[in-house]
Amino acid sequence: MSTTTTTTPTLILPSRAPLLTRTGWGAWLAALIVLCALVPVLNLAVPAGSVFHLSDFAVALVAKIMCYAICALAMDLIWGYTGILSLGHGLFFALGGYAMGMYLMRQIGTDGNYKSNLPDFMVFLDWKELPWHWTLSDSFIATLFLVVAVPGLVAFVFGYFAFRSRIKGVYFSIITQAMTFAAMLLFFRNETGFGGNNGFTDFKRILSIPIATPSMRMTLFVMTSVTLLLFFLLGRWLVNAKFGRVLQAVRDAETRVMFSGYNPIGYKLTIWTISAMMCGVAGALYVPQVGIINPSEMSPANSIEIAIWAAVGGRATLIGPIVGAFIVNGAKSWLTVTYPEFWLYFLGALFIGVTRYLPDGVVGLFKKLKGLKGVAK
Amino acid sequence: MTPELMEQGAKRVEAHAAALAARAGQTESGGRSAGIGRVVKDREVDVTHGRILYLEDVNVSFDGFKAINNLSLDIAPGELRCIIGPNGAGKTTMMDIITGKTRPDSGTVFFGSTIDLLRYSEPQIAQLGIGRKFQKPTVFEQLTVFENLELALHTNKGVKSSMFFRLDSGQGDRLAEVLHTIHLADSVLRQAGNLSHGQKQWLEIGMLLMQEPKLLLLDEPVAGMTDEETERTAELFLTLKGKHSLMVVEHDMGFIRTISDIVTVLCDGSVLAQGSLDQVQSDERVIEVYLGR
Repeated sequence: MSTTTTTTPTLILPSRAPLLTRTGWGAWLAALIVLCALVPVLNLAVPAGSVFHLSDFAVALVAKIMCYAICALAMDLIWGYTGILSLGHGLFFALGGYAMGMYLMRQIGTDGNYKSNLPDFMVFLDWKELPWHWTLSDSFIATLFLVVAVPGLVAFVFGYFAFRSRIKGVYFSIITQAMTFAAMLLFFRNETGFGGNNGFTDFKRILSIPIATPSMRMTLFVMTSVTLLLFFLLGRWLVNAKFGRVLQAVRDAETRVMFSGYNPIGYKLTIWTISAMMCGVAGALYVPQVGIINPSEMSPANSIEIAIWAAVGGRATLIGPIVGAFIVNGAKSWLTVTYPEFWLYFLGALFIGVTRYLPDGVVGLFKKLKGLKGVAK
Repeated sequence: MTPELMEQGAKRVEAHAAALAARAGQTESGGRSAGIGRVVKDREVDVTHGRILYLEDVNVSFDGFKAINNLSLDIAPGELRCIIGPNGAGKTTMMDIITGKTRPDSGTVFFGSTIDLLRYSEPQIAQLGIGRKFQKPTVFEQLTVFENLELALHTNKGVKSSMFFRLDSGQGDRLAEVLHTIHLADSVLRQAGNLSHGQKQWLEIGMLLMQEPKLLLLDEPVAGMTDEETERTAELFLTLKGKHSLMVVEHDMGFIRTISDIVTVLCDGSVLAQGSLDQVQSDERVIEVYLGR
């Protein structure tokens, strides 16, 4: 079928963008080297008195923020690119965390306060055997699977019904928020079998190796770094493909997408599930490093904070949410120590300031300044 | 079944296919003779009866208001049909029904002789070969002109194939051709949001062409265009006529005069008059509707 009979002059069409540019790969490799080689050396090999020594506190803080950065990245894929604001990502984070937590509880073995094979809270509740949903918890392999599968399945089922019913915008956000809240109430109950409001803590080992040793902490740190960097690449790949452009199209004009022959449900469901799985992995990396998981991770405020990180850094850019997670959490850990009473005011001001003056976040501001400089020259 | 019988059958099928290929495009019905024994192929538009779109006794009401009232309308393959009518006549609602956005309360809507459109969803209808342009130009503002057209390209639109999609050279040629047709070849990498209103209208028409639709529904395609752009659009539509069926809703009478064969006047959700533009313009009832009583 042709619409014109005139000969068409050759036209150079843009080819598919590479995964990362040359400088992009350079920066990526530099980050990999710094996080996986430099940080371990500065923390473990350089003596504590030296100026170059990186304290355990700093390492733990960066590790924690990297877990948050993964959540922010996941949030960006669903919110920044697809335009669906989820206020329930804390749930997926917690589900991954709980799956890992169950394994870590089983690893305590008989070293708990009650010297029982069962986790302490079960002995306290006078339970005689493990409930059914703990069946797979003594296998590390199964745990790795559950860390991804449980948040993925919950997201898939929830998303299927929500997207099929064409629930959009603020209604979707409210429902996700309600879902997290409901899950939090459920996990608070002792009968649910997840340790009630105390959750899981007092972990001793992972793969029978003591968890509190410096080398184990560093191993977890390196794994978190590598995961973050790989997820960044995964995000790049998804966004660079036509798939990513369909997501942006869904965000900007969903009806046009439908009348172009795409079924948006499949696209939304795919990215929503991927996003939830990423949060699950972040939670699983977070729990052994922080040493505790309890239902407060599912509190509405936590999920909202994930959205704030993405917004501060810059939506619809992949580096933005990572930067945002570092800025907000860095500021949080500094302010809560120096001016503890001002933190919440600062967070509120930051959110208002960013939405009012920096709709494209810090990365957007940076790009704008760079653009202005280019014009001035 | 014996092998000989199977062989004979295979030969017959081959001969039939060859005969079909030889006749392709010669008749209004796409080279297929009307008759018994034709096999209904899934999602293939059957126009052997000379009609690509049938609407019959369609009714829709919103909260008691009858937006479409016993509407019956049909369109031939390759026809360019203009639809006019006062505001609230049901023109956009009719397009909503054809494209699956609104479900009628009663009535039948067929695409060709075999496809019951009421059984399909919006994306499925788009894939069957019905393209639609909205009243307000709707393009993907954050994407470039190239990316807009690429998204519209007729291809497998599943999630997995989108993840691994690469433009092949044939598709690239097709895209370049459409870019020239819509006069946006110089703006390949421009963001669609930065185009002028008329250019957005053209881009949207280009996106429809990329879908390779058999039927195009165009809701006020020249609204907000300059005179020159309108003229070019008219030219474009006249070249499309014959290869595609077009249904154009417009208020611009000059534009309609340039392109129209048959004009249908809608009023209060049903057909008021139909015929050439001069015929309908001299129709008493039409004058009454337009000028008030």
